[in-house]
Amino acid sequence: MTFPVLSVIVFTPLTAALIILMIPAQRKTEARGVALAAATFALLLSLWVYIQYLTQHLTGYQFVEKYDWLPMLGISLHFGVDGISAPLVLLTGVVMFTGVLISWGDNNPHVMAGIQDRPREFFAFLFILASGVFGVFASLDLFMLFFFYEIAVFPMYLLIVIWGWIQTREYAAMKLTLYLFIGSVVALVGALAMYWVAGRNTGVYTFDMLQLEKAGFSASFQNLWFLPVFFGFAVLGGIWPFHNWSPDGHVAAPTAVSMFHAGVLMKLGAFAALRVGIMLLPEGAKHWSWVIMLCAGVAVVYGAFIAFVQTDLKYMIGFSSVSHMGLVMLGLSTLDKNGLTGAGVQMFSHGVMTALFFAVTGMIYDRSHTRQIPELGGMNKVMPFAAIGFIIGGLVSMGMPGFSGFIAEFPIFLGVWQSQWLVAVIASISIIITAAYIMMNIRKVFFGKMPEKLEGHMTDVTVLDKVAITTLCVLMIGIGIFPSVMVPMVQTGVQHILTLLGGA
Amino acid sequence: MFTSTTFLSILPETLILILGVILLIVEPFWKVKDPSSGGDEQRRNAGWLTAGGLFAVLVISVLVGRPGDPTSTFGSSIRFDWLGFFFKMLFIFGAGITALLLMDHEKVGRRGEAYMLLLASTIGMCLMASAADLITLYLAIETTSIPLYVLAGFMLTDEHSTEAGFKYLLFGAMTSAIMLYGFSLLYGFTGTTNLYALADAFKSGQLAAPVMFGLIVLIVVGLGFKVSVVPFHFWAPDVYEGAPTPVSGFLSTASKAAGFAVIARLFLVVFHDVAVDWAAVFAILSAVTMTVGNLLALPQKNLKRMLAYSSIAHAGYAMIGIVAVSKLGITSVVFYLLAYIVTNLAAFGIVMTVGRVTGSDEYDAYRGLSRRSPWLALVMLAAFLSLAGMPPFGGFIAKVLVFAAGIQANYIWLVVIGILNSIVGLYYYLNVLKYVYLFRMEKEDEEAHPIAVTRPYAIALVVLVLGIILLGTVFAPWFGFSNAAAMNLF
Repeated sequence: MTFPVLSVIVFTPLTAALIILMIPAQRKTEARGVALAAATFALLLSLWVYIQYLTQHLTGYQFVEKYDWLPMLGISLHFGVDGISAPLVLLTGVVMFTGVLISWGDNNPHVMAGIQDRPREFFAFLFILASGVFGVFASLDLFMLFFFYEIAVFPMYLLIVIWGWIQTREYAAMKLTLYLFIGSVVALVGALAMYWVAGRNTGVYTFDMLQLEKAGFSASFQNLWFLPVFFGFAVLGGIWPFHNWSPDGHVAAPTAVSMFHAGVLMKLGAFAALRVGIMLLPEGAKHWSWVIMLCAGVAVVYGAFIAFVQTDLKYMIGFSSVSHMGLVMLGLSTLDKNGLTGAGVQMFSHGVMTALFFAVTGMIYDRSHTRQIPELGGMNKVMPFAAIGFIIGGLVSMGMPGFSGFIAEFPIFLGVWQSQWLVAVIASISIIITAAYIMMNIRKVFFGKMPEKLEGHMTDVTVLDKVAITTLCVLMIGIGIFPSVMVPMVQTGVQHILTLLGGA
Repeated sequence: MFTSTTFLSILPETLILILGVILLIVEPFWKVKDPSSGGDEQRRNAGWLTAGGLFAVLVISVLVGRPGDPTSTFGSSIRFDWLGFFFKMLFIFGAGITALLLMDHEKVGRRGEAYMLLLASTIGMCLMASAADLITLYLAIETTSIPLYVLAGFMLTDEHSTEAGFKYLLFGAMTSAIMLYGFSLLYGFTGTTNLYALADAFKSGQLAAPVMFGLIVLIVVGLGFKVSVVPFHFWAPDVYEGAPTPVSGFLSTASKAAGFAVIARLFLVVFHDVAVDWAAVFAILSAVTMTVGNLLALPQKNLKRMLAYSSIAHAGYAMIGIVAVSKLGITSVVFYLLAYIVTNLAAFGIVMTVGRVTGSDEYDAYRGLSRRSPWLALVMLAAFLSLAGMPPFGGFIAKVLVFAAGIQANYIWLVVIGILNSIVGLYYYLNVLKYVYLFRMEKEDEEAHPIAVTRPYAIALVVLVLGIILLGTVFAPWFGFSNAAAMNLF
């Protein structure tokens, strides 16, 4: 009996959430301490899984655990990671860890940083969400995937509505929840249809995705159900034209939740769309790949343009997320080796990058009480550390060589060029636009003269914030300089998808 | 004639009856002569006795009264099978929780009659679930309903309550008369009142389709009232709002489940082979019920009324399983009702707990609840998310199962309607949670107004929340029981 590392990772946050809820409400420091301990534990375990997968040159599904849950319907608690999901599990661990750090807050109610109001409930809900996210990335059972997917969605509502930005939180939280819920139930219908049809085809009724991969769905069935399933999940991946919830949600959410939301949750959508949509319905994917490419292409360019004209820092990042997630979808739509590999790396790279962006934005907002770019300036004088972090994030975002963004975006464009060169040309406009708005905003926010209103009110970031920023930056630079720590691993996962798609 | 099976087949009913007799004998001794000397606290003992007694009945029945192969007893008027047994246990559980919730309802729970009526109604429900004869069935339905009419109008000094009781009585009397007419026609055409004999009669000789259709409509009116299916739902919001809260909870859970038990048995056994496509009728009823219930729940500002409309909607979801006419379909209905009973009792339990302190059931009374009583808020979160069909709570599994059954039976359009409706549902459930977690009391001094949870409520809520979570996570055994119950109909 080996150590059930994946189920420990999945259930650690949930257990921590229950423990945190047991702590009396006024003992805020203890609640934060437990949260940090659990997050560190989960991070270390997910790092261990990643390193094992990497150093032992594993392929296929590893660390597999399977427990029968409802054998009568073929539901099992089936965990396992492959080259695509292992980095995402690590990403979740990283974002969870840094999210706790920057939400630490202070018992002094006059200090405006982190989470002051009811941190106990905050961390509990955040960790329930984290369990859901880990669960989706690790699940090899379709039913359990939905189970965890929904768990990852509903705490978002409470997190945004309670701790969010007062002006838009009610609207944004409800909008986000309804969008995601609609998407997931539409996909659920498709999944149930797959279950029955696969059962009739093979005689074995099961939700096990490894079996469903071999179910041999007819082409007409796949063509019918691919779009509902793919788009049902891709809503959470922020695909155009269903991206509308995402910038509003990012803006309204408290910092750690924005990090989770853009950093991990959107990957959840793309990942589930890949795993359930493309991998279980490969014929449908081939048939409809042009639709995804079209929507993704629009998202890439349109997102970049909208981000360019934003004056609110968080909206800017929110739309840039739409643009970057569009690149992930674009990579998926190529259905070839380069594109899929790029999409896999981009999921990780963008997760780390956008988590960093939101973290720094949160630090600025906590101190200046504004996110309006014209009202900011000269921040590098008071918070140089945060400024450096933001600039590194910006370089990743622009796809500069030497950073993880380049490693991710280059193969995507390569793949797109091979299948539709015109789309690649149009999508590449976004790189220029992205570079423009990132550099422009870095100049406005961090350099120049600090507005008089803010003079004297600004303080440097805390030690915990610095740890969080450093962690995220190290990852982005590390992958940029040593792509071999991630790219070959993702490629092993991609290889399996290519087999399913019939190529090799 | 009287074998041990005969005795076992009505064991729960007998035990409840004995409990009732004990209650009647003991209760007068707990009367407090002088209210100034410590109030009427002692009168709650009747509640402890009822709840404890029902729990004992549940345990004894599960230990010794489990059915084997389906058998008919009492001249084939009672069917002793897993379907009936499972529902009986559900009703007894629901009644026990209701007794706990009644205890601190000052106007109702301090009078022994209320518990007696509750027990009488529970006996009726138990018989409903196992009746195999039209006459037994009708008597059981009336035994269930009449005590409930009284309970709904129990607060004689309260206008809303008397209105509720009266309204419930009028609707109930009318619909049950129509149903009785349907029963009498069934007897007239076939010459038998036994359900299984009726089934055989329909297998060998069919009635003309229009006649059959008319018969089914008459019966659906009566049962539709019990489970509050649109268009027989008009009583529900007013009655739920006016009746004492624990009684509303009982009405919306056990009473509704009893209706479904009868629907399942009647339609899958008696009308299984008739030429009329009654599944299509139920499909339309289900679609309309879900939609109307959910849409009308949207604008509500009173939690009890909202729960009334939501319970209408849930009848619609559960009906998808009946429409599927399959083993999984009935299993899913049974599981749905199980999850729904536990969840909705928790929801009403919270309404009762909070309403007792704030004196109001309006949404506004729930402002700042998470600061006033964080644990109560969490219980409410679990109950409402379970109603909305979110994991890891029972409602999610229940909903997925009925949808799965619907898709298996190729009723994709109905499932799509169900899904659209569950989105509407999510909206209004979350809306209430917004009051609980986000909005604050006028003076923002929630900590000064904690909500006291008395012991019976604490017990009831803890049991229910554990139930909600168990049903949503370790669902295999519950699915197994539901499946065993459903298999008896095929």
